[in-house]
Amino acid sequence: MAHVAATHHDVHEAIHHAEELSFWRTYVFSLDHKVIGLQYLITSLLFLFVGFMLMMLMRWQLAYPGQPIPIIGNWLGEMNAPGGIMLPEFYNQLGAMHGTIMVFLGVVPLAVGAFGNYIVPLQIGAPDMAFPKLNMASYWTYLVGGMTMLSSFFMPGGAANSGWTSYAPLSVIATTGQTVWLIAMVFLITSSLLGSVNFIVTIVQLRAKGMTFMRLPFFVWAQLVTAFLLLLAFPPLEAAAVMQLMDRLAGTSFFMPSGLVVAGQILDVSGGGSPLLWQHLFWFLAHPEVYVLILPAMGIIAEILANNTRKPIWGYKSLVYAAIFLGFMSFIVWAHHMFLTGMGTVISAFFQTTTMIISIPSVIILTAFFISLWGASMRFNTQMLFALAFLPMFGIGGLTGLPLGLAPTDIHLHDTYYVIGHFHYVVAPGTIFALFAGVYHWYPKVTGRKMSESLGKIHFWGSLVCMNGIFMPMFIQGLAGVSRRLYDGGQQYAHAQEVLQWNEFMSIAAWLLAIFQLPFIINFFLSLKRGRKVESDNPWEATTLEWATPTPPPHGNFVHPIEVYRGPYEYSVPNHPTDFTPQHVPEPAKA
Amino acid sequence: MQIPYTVHARPDTGLFNAKLGVWLFLASEVMLFGALFSSYVLLRTGAPSWPHGFEMLNIPLATLNTVVLITSSITMVMAWASLKMHDFAKYKRYIGATVGLGFFFLIIKAFEYGAKFSAGTYPSESTFLAIYFTLTGLHGLHVVGGMIVNGYFWGPGSKMWHTEPERFTNRIEVAGLYWHFVDLVWIFLFPVLYLL
Repeated sequence: MAHVAATHHDVHEAIHHAEELSFWRTYVFSLDHKVIGLQYLITSLLFLFVGFMLMMLMRWQLAYPGQPIPIIGNWLGEMNAPGGIMLPEFYNQLGAMHGTIMVFLGVVPLAVGAFGNYIVPLQIGAPDMAFPKLNMASYWTYLVGGMTMLSSFFMPGGAANSGWTSYAPLSVIATTGQTVWLIAMVFLITSSLLGSVNFIVTIVQLRAKGMTFMRLPFFVWAQLVTAFLLLLAFPPLEAAAVMQLMDRLAGTSFFMPSGLVVAGQILDVSGGGSPLLWQHLFWFLAHPEVYVLILPAMGIIAEILANNTRKPIWGYKSLVYAAIFLGFMSFIVWAHHMFLTGMGTVISAFFQTTTMIISIPSVIILTAFFISLWGASMRFNTQMLFALAFLPMFGIGGLTGLPLGLAPTDIHLHDTYYVIGHFHYVVAPGTIFALFAGVYHWYPKVTGRKMSESLGKIHFWGSLVCMNGIFMPMFIQGLAGVSRRLYDGGQQYAHAQEVLQWNEFMSIAAWLLAIFQLPFIINFFLSLKRGRKVESDNPWEATTLEWATPTPPPHGNFVHPIEVYRGPYEYSVPNHPTDFTPQHVPEPAKA
Repeated sequence: MQIPYTVHARPDTGLFNAKLGVWLFLASEVMLFGALFSSYVLLRTGAPSWPHGFEMLNIPLATLNTVVLITSSITMVMAWASLKMHDFAKYKRYIGATVGLGFFFLIIKAFEYGAKFSAGTYPSESTFLAIYFTLTGLHGLHVVGGMIVNGYFWGPGSKMWHTEPERFTNRIEVAGLYWHFVDLVWIFLFPVLYLL
């Protein structure tokens, strides 16, 4: 009786919902996972753009230290760049905010908030996320966090300037911007917490009939592991942020050692705290965060490779187990960021061992992707080019990480441009290429039109060349011993002189990279109106469930109840009339 | 559009959505408080000297507070059980008592804090007091959060009982899981801060 009443109420509510949604409820305060996904997409792309602009300013200072920045220099204000010449304090703010914005406001919200939100419910055959209101709350909390973060530029003393890692005790004695940074981080952590609970519940509970765990597309697996990392790794940073706020606002000494001398005077704090504690708590989040950055990217790559090689992904099960193992191991490698802190050789030995172990699942995943290419007749469309480029780029990023994971070699390379080169290869031509690929791949599902291939190819080739132009010389500089976070790019250092000429080269590559993003931006907006209309709901002839929905998918996603009969990548099944068999088609048609 | 398994458990997982959701949320809460407890251990082992909690803190009041919170956990279970037995009036009494006991806990805590502040003892004084105020303060915020949720289900939120009783009972179960967790955190806090 009670249940009947409940169902009746829900149905009534659903009809009500579909009929009378105002503009605000449809596009702004929407509960639809697809609209929220698009909100995440647009916001995070804008933040990526902001983060990129900060970096381009820094690259001017690195290429031409002490010279006034043309035109833009006059807009930065006397506080930051008197006469257009950037002050060191401002350079530090740009550095800290570039990292923070790119990681916490750009790449992760794009990979998880945008792609995860839009694609995961579709791929598992669900009508929406499990908790639509929580989903909306997650987006708005993210937006508030992002706006708070940007507002810190207008604080006295400017934005946070202690690096994106906010190492104590420097960050505790830093200007007000750091307090704003911490408050913004609390918002962002809350947002990702709400999101991750939602993702896990959605994937576990809302799979369509027949969608067993081993029939989930790899993208969904990647998002599931990612959600667990966000769920369990972020809270310690929240704890750390609370403690640093206490240090800054209540005058406690969680991270403040006794007898700290600042500007020639002993600091008036109770002391007894541990700066190392901050590093432990920070990296306990920030190392799993690396896998939060890369796993969804790998998921996107798997979808695109299978679709465009017209072959099943090689070793689906090993991919899944590797991703789970990767997620688990990522919790016990964090201190390889801290070999130089003097935490002791025994601990170093432990963490370098776990670090070597965690490279195994990454290699398994990458190898499976490479083998998937074997003997394929590929479609070289734009998303496939980005996906193919992802493999060697991520490979370079991963392999250059090995010397950093071993304590003896890390001592030489720690905090040099080599480290910057390493993780940018993972995240920039790695993850961001995968995210671009995802945009090109799923654009027809969202808009009903394809993006232009010619503009796409200009975007791809330009980005590929420029990305390598920026990051490859960083290895050269880093091996020569040039430290990161140097305001003048290393001019003061005798040992840096022979590699300094690369600074200008890298900066020009960075600015060219910006120019090569124009075709993408034009393509993105122009194709909304001018793109070639898709001829069916499944323009790429793919197998996964998102292509079984109408284009664009309506609120509630699937028109008919959907059932799943097979694994996610049944391409080119022998004796089958078509070279793809979608997951929801009951029996393979007879040849 | 209707999202499945909001009321009834999914057969193969045996859970309805919100129950899985709250367990995951509690897992992240374990990591939050786990990080703070780990910091406590690290700071204490690194300190040349560390005060005993009982020298600085009021054990009788904290013991009373432990009793209050455990009682509130019992009334929370009774509230849920009353709904299971379709006794709404009894539910109202028990959930009201849970909120009331939460208030009582906070009042006692406020007395403790007040005594500290009026004696000029602040978090900035020592690392021990810093972690004491941070941990108990964060726990206090969790109590406030739980009281807001329970208060809502005591007042306006309880209307749902008349339209969707089963879903409402589920909500009380989920709110209860959170409330027990808040209780459990205190059960760890009490010996670690006051007795050790």
